[in-house]
Formats: sequence, structure tokens, C-alpha cells
Amino acid sequence: MSDELERLEAALRANPPQPLPEARERATAAALTAFDEQRQGIGDRQRQTGRVALIATSWLRRFAMWLSRPYPALAGLAALLIVAAIVSHQTFVVRDPLAPPPPASPGPAVEVETASVEAPPEPLVVASEEAMIEKALRERAARSLSADAPLEVAAVEHAEVVAEAVPLAASAPPEAGDVPSLGYRDQGRDRFTPFDPNPVKVAAEEPVSTFSIDVDTASYAFMRASLNRGVLPQPDAVRVEELINYFPYDYAPPESRARPFAVHVALMPTPWNDATSLMHIGIKGYTLAPAARPPANLVFLVDTSGSMDAPDKLPLLINSLRLLLDTLAPEDTVAIVAYAGTAGTVLEPTPVAEQGAIAAALETLRAGGSTAGAEGVRQAYLLAERQFVEDGVNRVILATDGDFNVGITDPDELEGYIARKRASGVFLSVLGFGMGNYNDALMQRLAQNGNGNASYIDTLSEARKVLVEEATSTLFPIAKDVKIQVEFNPALVSEYRLIGYETRMLAREDFRNDKVDAGEIGAGHAVTALYEITPVGSGAERIAPLRYGEEEAVSGDGRADEFATVAIRYKLPDAETSTEFARHVTEADSVARAARASEEARFAAAVAAFGQLLRGGRYTEDYSYDDVITAAQAARGEDPFGYRAEFLSLVRLAKSAAALEPLRQ
Amino acid sequence: MSEETDRALVDRAATGDREAFATLIERHYELIYRVGARVLGNDEAAADLAQDVCIGLAARLPSYRGESRFATWLYRVVVNAARDRLRRDGAQRRNEAAFAEVDAMTRAEQAAIDAEALWLRQMLGGLADDLRTTVVLVLQEGLRHAEAAEVLGISESTVSWRMHEARKRLRALAADEDVEP
Repeated sequence: MSDELERLEAALRANPPQPLPEARERATAAALTAFDEQRQGIGDRQRQTGRVALIATSWLRRFAMWLSRPYPALAGLAALLIVAAIVSHQTFVVRDPLAPPPPASPGPAVEVETASVEAPPEPLVVASEEAMIEKALRERAARSLSADAPLEVAAVEHAEVVAEAVPLAASAPPEAGDVPSLGYRDQGRDRFTPFDPNPVKVAAEEPVSTFSIDVDTASYAFMRASLNRGVLPQPDAVRVEELINYFPYDYAPPESRARPFAVHVALMPTPWNDATSLMHIGIKGYTLAPAARPPANLVFLVDTSGSMDAPDKLPLLINSLRLLLDTLAPEDTVAIVAYAGTAGTVLEPTPVAEQGAIAAALETLRAGGSTAGAEGVRQAYLLAERQFVEDGVNRVILATDGDFNVGITDPDELEGYIARKRASGVFLSVLGFGMGNYNDALMQRLAQNGNGNASYIDTLSEARKVLVEEATSTLFPIAKDVKIQVEFNPALVSEYRLIGYETRMLAREDFRNDKVDAGEIGAGHAVTALYEITPVGSGAERIAPLRYGEEEAVSGDGRADEFATVAIRYKLPDAETSTEFARHVTEADSVARAARASEEARFAAAVAAFGQLLRGGRYTEDYSYDDVITAAQAARGEDPFGYRAEFLSLVRLAKSAAALEPLRQ
Repeated sequence: MSEETDRALVDRAATGDREAFATLIERHYELIYRVGARVLGNDEAAADLAQDVCIGLAARLPSYRGESRFATWLYRVVVNAARDRLRRDGAQRRNEAAFAEVDAMTRAEQAAIDAEALWLRQMLGGLADDLRTTVVLVLQEGLRHAEAAEVLGISESTVSWRMHEARKRLRALAADEDVEP
């Protein structure tokens, strides 16, 4: 018998593993992107300032929060000086986790790398750039290779300064430490679908506006995570309707179950434009008493790929799912499918009563490998269908950062699959995690096509909001394919503009086409939509009248006092055909002064203004963040969970982030 | 040699030469993937690892100071990254072991055609992570024991000892295999 090693050698060399060309291309492209980013960081002074501002602001945030909440701008300034001062006097010795552990024999020279910065005291920020950039880049590269071997940073000079400063920063809990940790972040690879704000329409030319309701809230949480880092979110990440619908609104529920939801319409002056009015449409679903809840069959589809290995991803996800378990009834069933390089069932459908088994299964989830998302989706639907509960809720809950890179990676194909599965009665919820590499575009498409909702979980309290406080509305749909069509009366309304819902617009003829998918409403859900309308004769028209156009012929046959008609069409969760009803909006729905409008409507208007400001404020005239604060403050209401208070602090953060923005250019 | 040396390419890349960096990746991607695939025993994980390593190179390249062969340095980067991943995925892999088996069964036909490849898989899978890494470097990549020692950050005699251990282990595995042909 020949020597085993020789045989092994022959076998090893006979068939060297061949990489797939796609994988190779992808890796090359990613490496070159990283190379370009780094080169920009090192090469260009201007860019450096930008990067530093980015890095510094995340520190600044924590200092600012810690130092003094009421005066964030002032505190921020102080913090910036402190950070800069610390860094400019530091020598970092960075132990590189890529290098082998300290060897017995003299080690290779690459093992320890030292970056010293001898910096003059002024100018502070510029002087600290190199150290910070280098450290940040190093950290980033190192983390991407070795997530569980944190850099050991030892300050050899002025150690006492760091010893004091670092715990200070780390222990700066703004509100019970609920700001996501300042760890490794991919930057700038979050993917959003770009869109333009809905334009102003002339009521005489296009009197009908049609859209699908949207109960997703992902955009709000993403914006919050971004602002908490001291950075304005990218405009395409801000979907105004999702910001508005993030908040629970206390609209009156329907009087009887005959119609699953109540519709409230009010007209009020527009906060940012004296000459126009806001038409506020509030929809409220009926609430399910816990006893009346249908049985639930839930399949958690959990992404355990390598990219989920960050404190704000998998660990947060596991804790979130634990929270959800508490809200379920003992006889509801839960299954877990994990997917990474391979997809597999971690937990067969198990009654919630068996808490121990479920907790143990959650414990086993670990991040690692690539992401075969599509295969996981298939398995999860398979399980959900096997366990299908008639008259119950059958739902797949996908928790991921959306970075699918193995198997079906074509969003269209995946979307098609999910859309087909919709017919089987299985609903889909998407929980998004993580920042920096978040594929919002894909998440939205999946949720919209799977009869579901998408939420972005940045903190445990967000998980609590989505999965505990709003569990019934997240999990138990009361109506699906809910569409709204508004027809404006050109005799009273000359122009209108729908605020938000850009990604939810429908064609006029889709309203009555029951094949066209639209959004769902959960039990107790409130959905809000706002139109800015320009009354005839207000002189605030943005579009000049046509020189050769005819004066619009408006019928005055008894409908002259109607501004608009709001029609709503929906299907019951297990129905195939739609029901439709309409409500006319008249002078009786109008209030002359904003202060007379309901708190809920005023708060929604403030949020809408904020969202539009974040998107660039094309239609908000000279309305400012301060105005948003004043308006929201006055409309805070009871706010039992503190969401509106949090909104106020986010507006303040946006204000300071906007002030820092020129630094980053 | 008309081809530019790795060293020269690294120097050019350090000054921001994108093309030089691209050439380096192009030249060495296969090495990175090949080593990763054998050590991790999973093609997808290897592709993922190779991508991570390539991205990391953008920032790490300046730390290569030309004191060893570029390939030696690169082996070290790959081996360390693979080791981290193995450690991190420990629990995960145990979970997945079951899938790997199913996977192997569905590919039984293909495996029958390529019995040698199956044998290789089994042998590599039967070696502990350290031994497998060493075997891959020495036998597949053809590194001398001294070079492998440098890559692994261990002494030359430890490499020799590991190779000896690997032979013993392989013999034991082969014996098991002979029992049920």
C-alpha cells in the first residue's frame, strides 16, 4: 500500500478546487470598491475631512447625549474638541488580528503595526485625521476578515486620557443604552430604490389619485439609526408615509365589525404653507381582543449568514424573537428555518407552550457563511403550508439584512416566487436588521409582494414595538389589498399633491382590478395619508393655467360643496373579491385654524413636514426643523410609549446633523 | 521574467495604482480560493472567504513589507481568515454536518464517477483543522516545512510533527474505510 500522504498529495493536486467565475468577479469588484474607498480616504484632503466628520460624529453623538440632552449642538462642539484632543496626542499600537498569535519563535514583521501621529495642537481635526482614518480602515478590513477577534488598541502615551475617555464614551447611555452600539459598520452599501416625491397635479386635468396603503415602518427605524450616528439618512431612505405611519394614532375604531375599519377625513391649514390645506385621511382597523385571536402558525426564517455577525443583527434578532414568543398563545405553533450557505430546519413546528425547546433552538443560531436566501424562503413556505391552519394566521417571518448572495439572487425571480406563494394564503413579514449593507429595496419588494409588512429593527425597543405592542396588527391581518382612490372636485380644488406613497402609486384603473395587489391592514392598525390641496381662488397654484385652455366645466348639480370623494376598496383576509365604500369630504370636515385640528392630525402633519425636509424640502417653503419641533411638541398628546418624545429628539438630531453636513462635502 | 513581480505590484498599489491592485487580485484569487476551499471543505464558504480576503487586502496591503515572499504573506492572511471562520462557525458547522451528509447522498452518482474526489473529501474531513491546514499548505501548495511554519506561525519541527500526525490519522481512516468498502 502506497504511503497515505503520497496518495493524498496526488489527489489534492489532481483536482484543484475551481472558483466560479461569478464569485471571482464579485470578489474582484468588491475588492476594487474597497480599494477605491481607501484611496479616497488616503489621497484626498477634502475627502479625509468628510470621513473624519463621519467617524467623529458617531463619537460626538454619544458625548453629546451624555453631556447634556437639552443642548446637543453645544455639547457636540465640546465633544468634538475632546475627541480631537485625545486623538491628536495618541500613538496607537494596533494588534492585527490577522497576524498569527504571538509565536514561540521570533514572529514575522507584519505582526504588530504601529501608526504614530505626532500632531501639533492646531488645527485639531485635520491633525487627527490620519490616525482616525487609518484606524477606521484597519478596523473595517480586520473586522471583515475576523469578526470575533476584536482589535486590541493600547495607548502607549497619555494612557490616562484614553482610560478616562473611552469608558466615558462607552457608558454614555442616552436612554437606557438603547442606541445601537458603535461597532463595525459597512458604510454606504445600503441599497434603496430611488424615487422622486409625488408631483403637484392639476385637479382639472387629473382629478383622480390612486394608491395602495402602506403599513411598513422600516424607513422610520432606518432613519433613526442613521440620525443616532449623527448622519442624515440618504433621501431615498426616507419614505414619508412610513414615517407618518410609524406612530400609533388614536383614531376612533369602526363601530361594528361589518366594516373592518373606520375612515376619518379632515381638512386643515397646511403648516408650511398658509394658502393651502392639508387633507388628512385616517384609517383605523378594529382591534382584536386577545381571546378572539385566530390561531397562528408562524415560521421564522432566520438569516445566519456571515454578514449577520454584528451586535445589531443576529443577537438582536434572537432577542426580538424571544419577545415575540411572549405575545403568542400557548397553542400557536412556531418553526425556525435558518439559512446560510445551506438552508435547514432548526425547529420543526412546535407549540409555543414548549418554551424550552424553542429557546434552545434559538440558542443554536450562529452567524457564518454565505446567504442562500432563496432556498431558505422555499423551505419556510413549505413548512408553513404543511402546518397550514384554516381560519388562522399563517405567516413566514423573514429576518435578514437582505444580503442574499447565493442561489437565486435575482430579486425578480424571488419576488415572483413569493407572489405565487401569496395565493396559498401564507403571509410574509420582513424584519430588517443592520446598517451599512442593508438591502432595503429587496426587503420592500418581498414584503409588498408577499402580503406583508416590512419593519426595520435597530434596537430592542423597536423590536418590542413591532413584535409586542403591535403584535396583533403585525401578525393578524383584518383586510388585504386595501386601496385608496381620491377624486378631487376641480370646482373647489385646483391642485393637489399626495405626500409620500411614491412607491405605492397605482394606476387609476387598478383600483377596481382585484388582481392588483396592495397593502394589508392588521388588527388595530392606523394608517394615515395626507394630501396638500390648493383651493380654487387661493392664488397658491404652482402650475400656471394654460393660456389656450378652456375654463373647466364643473357640474354644480348639488355636489358643489364637496372637495373630494375618498373611496376605499379592500378584501377580507380570506376573500377573493373586494368591497368598496366611499366618503365625501365637505366644508363640514374643514377647520379654519390648525390649532383646531385634532392632535393626531397635527402630529401627522409635523411628521410629514419632517420627512419632506429630510428629502430636501421641495414643497415645504421655509418651514424649518425648529417649526417641526414646535408643532410636534404641541401635538404630543398622551404618548404612552414615548414614541413622539423620541421623534422630537430625532428632529433635534437631524438639525445638528444638517448643520454638520457641509463638513462632509 | 517579463511579468512584473508581486513586490512591484504591491508598491504600485500602495501609491494608489488601481490597475496594479486589480492585477494582484487577478493573479492570486485562485490561490486564495483554492486554499480556502480545502481548509473549509465547502465551496460556497470558500467563495465568501475569498471575497472577504480580497476586500481586506485593499487595506492590508501596506502592511506587507517584502520580508517574505508575497505568496507566503498571502497564505498567512488566508489561513488566519479561514481559521477565524472555522472557530466562529464551530457550532454552525455541527448543525450543518447533517446537511452535508444529505448533500453527499444526492451527489452519490457524481461521487461514484469520481471516487477519488469522494475519498479526498473524507480524508480531509477526517483531519483536525490544524492538521488539514498544514497538509493543504505542504502537499497541495508545495510549501517547504520551513515556509509552512512561517505561514502558520509555528516552528518547523511542529510542521514536521503535524505531517507525521496527519499520516497516522490518514492510515487510521483508511483502515476504517477498508472495513466497509
